Amino acid sequence: MAERLLTFDGLQAGYEGPVVGPLGFSVGAGEVVGLAGPNGCGKSTIMRVLTGGARVFAGTVTRREGLRVAYQAQSGLNLDPSSGEIPLRVREVVRLMDVAPADLPARLKALLDVRVDRLSGGEQQLLFVWCAIGHPAELLLLDEPTNNLDPDGEALLTETLRALAPGRAALVISHERDFLEQVADRMVEIA
Amino acid sequence: MPWDLLFDPLFRLPFFTGLVFAVVLPVLGLYLRMREEWLAALGFAHLGGAGGVVGSLMGLPPVLAALGVAGGGVAARGLVRRTGNDLYAVMILGGWAAMILGSQFGHHARTLAQTLVDGQLYFTGIEQLVTALVFAVVFATVMPWLSPHLLRARLFPGQDRANGRPVAMLGFGFNILVAAAVALASMAMGVMASFALIFIAPWVAFALAPGWRVALLLTMLIGIAAYLVAFVMALVGDLPFGPTLVAIVVVLAILRLLPRWR
Repeated sequence: MAERLLTFDGLQAGYEGPVVGPLGFSVGAGEVVGLAGPNGCGKSTIMRVLTGGARVFAGTVTRREGLRVAYQAQSGLNLDPSSGEIPLRVREVVRLMDVAPADLPARLKALLDVRVDRLSGGEQQLLFVWCAIGHPAELLLLDEPTNNLDPDGEALLTETLRALAPGRAALVISHERDFLEQVADRMVEIA
Repeated sequence: MPWDLLFDPLFRLPFFTGLVFAVVLPVLGLYLRMREEWLAALGFAHLGGAGGVVGSLMGLPPVLAALGVAGGGVAARGLVRRTGNDLYAVMILGGWAAMILGSQFGHHARTLAQTLVDGQLYFTGIEQLVTALVFAVVFATVMPWLSPHLLRARLFPGQDRANGRPVAMLGFGFNILVAAAVALASMAMGVMASFALIFIAPWVAFALAPGWRVALLLTMLIGIAAYLVAFVMALVGDLPFGPTLVAIVVVLAILRLLPRWR
């Protein structure tokens, strides 16, 4: 059996009160696990437990000791609508996540010296997804990675997740059932 | 015009004191803008001003009192979960009221409040220069290490927390730096002059810089250029330093209209 990187056991999580659970599942090395369910069922809340954005009300979350995590948030660049400015080049953004520019897809390599706030929505999404994928973490948390991606970007993401290195794993949230079925080894349904 | 004043040794200490803040404040402003908390500077400056005035009424050293009260503002910010500028607006209003009302109760407090408004840099002494230099050393030591954490917290929220890094403590540490800088700078060059450097120089750099390194350089250059012109104009024209610097920095905001990089 694959080494367990992350285990949820009887988890109930939320904010002021529980919004999801109880539920239990694990993510093993080499696996891609899909979290599926209708909008508002608490899929993102499960990831926010790991990123400190949500509270655990019951149950346990066990991480393998020394586990490194790379997180792609659903919010993306989340620009301030009043200014909409972030003066960082793509090259500077990927360096923040310890991603080598050489590991980026060709489409992003061509944009290395462009400011992130001047990228299209699809380009920004591709960048943020690849900042997680290219990060040297064992566990990837991808929250709606296909948002704003064009068909080519989605195909590239599918191919990359299917070829994940054996020691790595991914927990993927998506409202696109077809995408999840293509990339996930297992699905966890959230009621 | 008394151009020879520019070379008078009497004004060397004030010149270097202000120069330190002309470099430090715009850089802090760049990170504050990235965190969408640029109003923090004005909030901490007003609290610092109120602390200085109230401290002088109580017979405490004004600089220490200013630092203490501005630090209290940082602690209050740490207790509030929501980010944004609402709390800083309350700090501005409360600090302003305390500063103006406090100044009515003593001659020294009134003089200090007037200095905070006028920004009389030329009356700063060796203590303020030494304090500014000590702060600059701390700033230069801490910021290169803190910078990637602050940027990652903005661009990849949750990433550092998911890996067990003390994100809240780092944010708290940064706010302490900001509060100390604006409290010290406000005592030296005035509340609004400090805020102008912390707000407008980064605002221009955000619009024009092709990347973060250039933004850092550009915001410092704008701060230094505005400061040098203001120092000369105020001294030669016998004008209050604070409003002179603010006027020049506001005029420089027009640089935002220059063509932008992709």
